[in-house]
Amino acid sequence: MRYTKDHEWLTEDEVATVGITAYAADALGDVVFVELPEPGTTVTAGDPSGEIESTKSVSEIYAPADGEIVEVNQAVIDDPALINSDPFGAGWLYRLRVTGGPETLDEAGYAALTAGDSA
Amino acid sequence: MRRTALHDVHRRLGANLTSFAGWEMPLRYGSDVAEHHSVRKAAGLFDLGHMGQIDITGPEAAAFLDYALVGRLSAVAVGRAKYTMLCHTTGGVIDDLVVYRLAEQHFLVVANAANAPVVLAMLGEHSGGYTVTVTAADRALIAVQGPQAATIVGEHPDLRYYAIKPERLAGRDVLLARTGYTGEDGFEIYCENADAEAIWDWAAAAGAAPAGLACRDTLRLEAGMPLYGHELTVRTTPMHAGLGRVVALDKRDFVGAEALRAVEPESVLVGLVTKGRRSPRAGHAVLDPATGEKVGEVTSGAPSPTLGHPIAMAYVAKSLNLTKLLVDVRGTREEADIVPLPFYKR
Repeated sequence: MRYTKDHEWLTEDEVATVGITAYAADALGDVVFVELPEPGTTVTAGDPSGEIESTKSVSEIYAPADGEIVEVNQAVIDDPALINSDPFGAGWLYRLRVTGGPETLDEAGYAALTAGDSA
Repeated sequence: MRRTALHDVHRRLGANLTSFAGWEMPLRYGSDVAEHHSVRKAAGLFDLGHMGQIDITGPEAAAFLDYALVGRLSAVAVGRAKYTMLCHTTGGVIDDLVVYRLAEQHFLVVANAANAPVVLAMLGEHSGGYTVTVTAADRALIAVQGPQAATIVGEHPDLRYYAIKPERLAGRDVLLARTGYTGEDGFEIYCENADAEAIWDWAAAAGAAPAGLACRDTLRLEAGMPLYGHELTVRTTPMHAGLGRVVALDKRDFVGAEALRAVEPESVLVGLVTKGRRSPRAGHAVLDPATGEKVGEVTSGAPSPTLGHPIAMAYVAKSLNLTKLLVDVRGTREEADIVPLPFYKR
């Protein structure tokens, strides 16, 4: 699994599964609404590709790589609390056919990024 | 960053800590929505040790506060409290306060954490000419709020809403007040820092659920209570916020009197309810549905955990005679109904 400095994770597959990290979910608090792009949308790494709203705030989801959205997680749209309860599993956001993009962080790199910071 | 007497307790509970007005405070312990529901349905336990506490003592304490604040504090009986404000000479609000009268010549002023230094400084400035001492107090403050609060803390039938009395809780001497910022029945417990952990553990053991600042904000918003920095700022007067009743305009002289006597607000604070899932937030523009023109601005907004839909407060032009408005929620125009405040009443 790879990570971005914007606190998204993605799997190392041709069609990558994308979500937000537990660190990000914890910082947001209870998620009450998630908006995701339509399948077929082309995104560039770093582009806003949806938003996550908690009781406290709203955050954009940034595309972790270049590519095409091929599937969105309807379960997380219906029950946004999945992002809090299982951010790396049932709380995934969308699947992205990766065509390119910048270097992402490995687990150690991401851990270093968030170390010493209480979310 | 400053820490309250309960910092170790929050660490032990695994709180998500946040920086708030120079203090490291618990934002939430687990789920902020669950903590919100605990307060509405049972009882929540809050550390409010960051709030500013200022003791006013001396033979002219009452006369001084009548001059420095907008309310008539001399009319408050010993053992009672009053919601009031400190205003600038321009009439702008410097802070909203709860003031308790602990004795004939002793008042306790409770200020918002972020404003505590300026409130202390201004009260000191205004005290010239009065036989009075203004001192910052270093006490803990713990709130137990919710329908079960009286089961946990005790019924205290002699303690009415906005009253305070010396009491012994968990074997400690405290000041027990029936005040709060959640829209529920509840208590605020003023105690020595050294006693805070014992009182917290005692209330928690009796069933009060630790609750953080995140739910404190959604609770006060549902209860239609203003928050300094949002509904109240130095650019708004109490009248703008619909709180003209806290200003005793007939007092002979007080700071801000001239300006407040002349105020005719052009805008008014309203409650807004939207139906979509995206919530209006502070700073979002409020539009006239007919013209699309900007007629106001949201000051606070959140998805209401109790009501299940977004709620917001906004300042809108007073001349408008509308029941519906639009809010520009990050580029999407959401229809909003104007509703009376509060959104929630116990």
